[in-house]
Amino acid sequence: MSPRVTTPSEDFLRGVWRENPVLVQLLGLCPALAVTNTVANSLAMGIATFFVLTGSSLLVSLLKSWIPKEVRISAYILIIATFVTMADMLLAALVPDIHKALGAFIALIVVNCMILGRQEAFASKRPVGRALLDAFGTGLGFIVALFMMGTVREVLGNGSFLGVPLFGDAFEPWIIMILPPGGFFTLGLLLLVFAWWEERKDVPVHPRHWPHGVTVTVDAGGPGGSPAGAGVNAPRSD
Amino acid sequence: MSASLPTVSGTPEAPRAAEEGRVPVVPHTSSPRLVATLAVAGAIAGLVLVLVHQWTEPRILEHQARVLDEAVVEVLSGPSSTRTFFLVDGAFTAEPPAAADTASADRVYVGFDAGGAPVGVALAAAEPGFQDVIRLIFGYDPAGGAVLGMKVLESKETPGLGDKIEKDSSFVAEFRGVVAPLLGVKQGAGSGGDDEIDMITGATISSRAIIDIINHRLEAVEADVQALWRSAPAAPSMAGGLP
Amino acid sequence: MGELLWIFVSAMLVNNFTLVLFLGLCPFLGVSAKVGTAVRMGAANVFVLVITSLTASFLNAFVLVHAPYLRLISFIVVIASLVQIVEMAIKKLSPTLFRELGIFLPLITTNCAILGLAIFQTNRGYGALEGLFFALGAGAGLTLALSLMASIRERVELSDVPAVARNMGLVLVLAGTLSLAFMGFAGLFTS
Repeated sequence: MSPRVTTPSEDFLRGVWRENPVLVQLLGLCPALAVTNTVANSLAMGIATFFVLTGSSLLVSLLKSWIPKEVRISAYILIIATFVTMADMLLAALVPDIHKALGAFIALIVVNCMILGRQEAFASKRPVGRALLDAFGTGLGFIVALFMMGTVREVLGNGSFLGVPLFGDAFEPWIIMILPPGGFFTLGLLLLVFAWWEERKDVPVHPRHWPHGVTVTVDAGGPGGSPAGAGVNAPRSD
Repeated sequence: MSASLPTVSGTPEAPRAAEEGRVPVVPHTSSPRLVATLAVAGAIAGLVLVLVHQWTEPRILEHQARVLDEAVVEVLSGPSSTRTFFLVDGAFTAEPPAAADTASADRVYVGFDAGGAPVGVALAAAEPGFQDVIRLIFGYDPAGGAVLGMKVLESKETPGLGDKIEKDSSFVAEFRGVVAPLLGVKQGAGSGGDDEIDMITGATISSRAIIDIINHRLEAVEADVQALWRSAPAAPSMAGGLP
Repeated sequence: MGELLWIFVSAMLVNNFTLVLFLGLCPFLGVSAKVGTAVRMGAANVFVLVITSLTASFLNAFVLVHAPYLRLISFIVVIASLVQIVEMAIKKLSPTLFRELGIFLPLITTNCAILGLAIFQTNRGYGALEGLFFALGAGAGLTLALSLMASIRERVELSDVPAVARNMGLVLVLAGTLSLAFMGFAGLFTS
């Protein structure tokens, strides 16, 4: 963790867009691909994850001085699993249809690396207020990403938005978009569009043929700090 | 909110130790303390979950019962009461002995009209379809050997094609009054027999899966259901949904 | 027997964990650059999946009957600890095997596919034997998807891809194409 001073608004906004968990950091892809075939399912999954992330961050930040370093990961997983089980039972009791549509993927929020990542990297080291801001931002970023995926997939794949038909009978839905391959295609094309957009934005400042490493980003966000494009490249380092 | 600076990294003990002139040591927590922490955390987690579970469980069970009840009512065309019969020791009974394992026992739902006469039996069944397992429930009239209605409870068939097995109302309507065992025929290729189901164009495999599921289920329990029917099952003493 | 075969083939091809259910995407996208690595990763996955399935069957049958709300927590905790114990045992007993597979074990312990297997197995009411075939099918499917993806990526490395597309976006579109191909397996088990 770098000792760089961050402002509260930065803690909040970072997760929403510049370090968006799904679109930039490529975390939590499993739910982002699996349940985004309709806008309603996307929002429900986004909100459930937001609830778990916020609750866990709050608790981890509150308890950080009591949790011994050696067992912190186990303790975080325990906390996260508790919130996920609560979310699972509450969704089943309050909105059974959405619970049925999301199925096992609610329980799988537990293994969403984004949530554990925020606990380890942020909530366990910061005061409660900042931890909550960070959780709100990251959770909101997750909702935004899922909402974008869900919108593209439902509008193209079913010709509707939140169940409301948009195009009339003449429109032949691209069924593939609500099937599994459509999930991969939608996210892949979104990432490609963002990368292309970044490249275009960079053109006036940096000549296109500059080596990648030389690129000077405007903000001092450190590695992965440049919006979409650079972050998208990060996982290739494997 | 805590008053400490948001930017301080490392453990809070380290700077304090340095001030007091001690060598900062990596804090090492004893094993009992580690175990105790996790045990306490686990106990609290369990407690919270028990509370939430107690609040949500009745609602979840009520919803499940309502969904099942609605499905039974739908495939038996609106009986005035229904009753569950469990298959215990080779015979269906509404009042299984307390020792019997009813949770895993096979079961059917019998519908009764206002006069308390049985109108049909609803059976749930599941088998692989085109993509994954299809779960459905269908009504059956053992006296006439006819299917009374069919409703898909769960399927992951291809949206827009295979899912017509539940969304195409004319396909679903074909299951009202068709004589078992069912025979799937291509659209317009049938001879008008009373055992024929016109399969959905573009979803032949899913349609055939539905027909097979019903036929297989009936084949397996036909004898027991007929025996139940001959024993003239009695309506529940109070009109209402499934117990 | 027919049912067990269906469970196996369904988990491997028709409902492939990675390409249809989106489970285990992290290794799929992260460790799929080289075929050799991908195959070993797949083998490690099969191993953990089998342990997971047996554990979940045991917990479901004997421990969780009266406390279903503790299912998620106990799955996570027990599976993670068990895999760690097995990892230590392998390290001790067969350093060669550990070098081949062991380094992947910590990576996959808390992976979607592992917990997903335990939860799907529970939701479908599989017993121990059915669960075992489910795990083997899922593992075979993961290995297949990983090695197919790695083969494609090895070729892509040698191709003239525009700079703007040299990122995860391209990998996801490739995965989508593979997923499309796997849709062809649907209907394998109906006449």
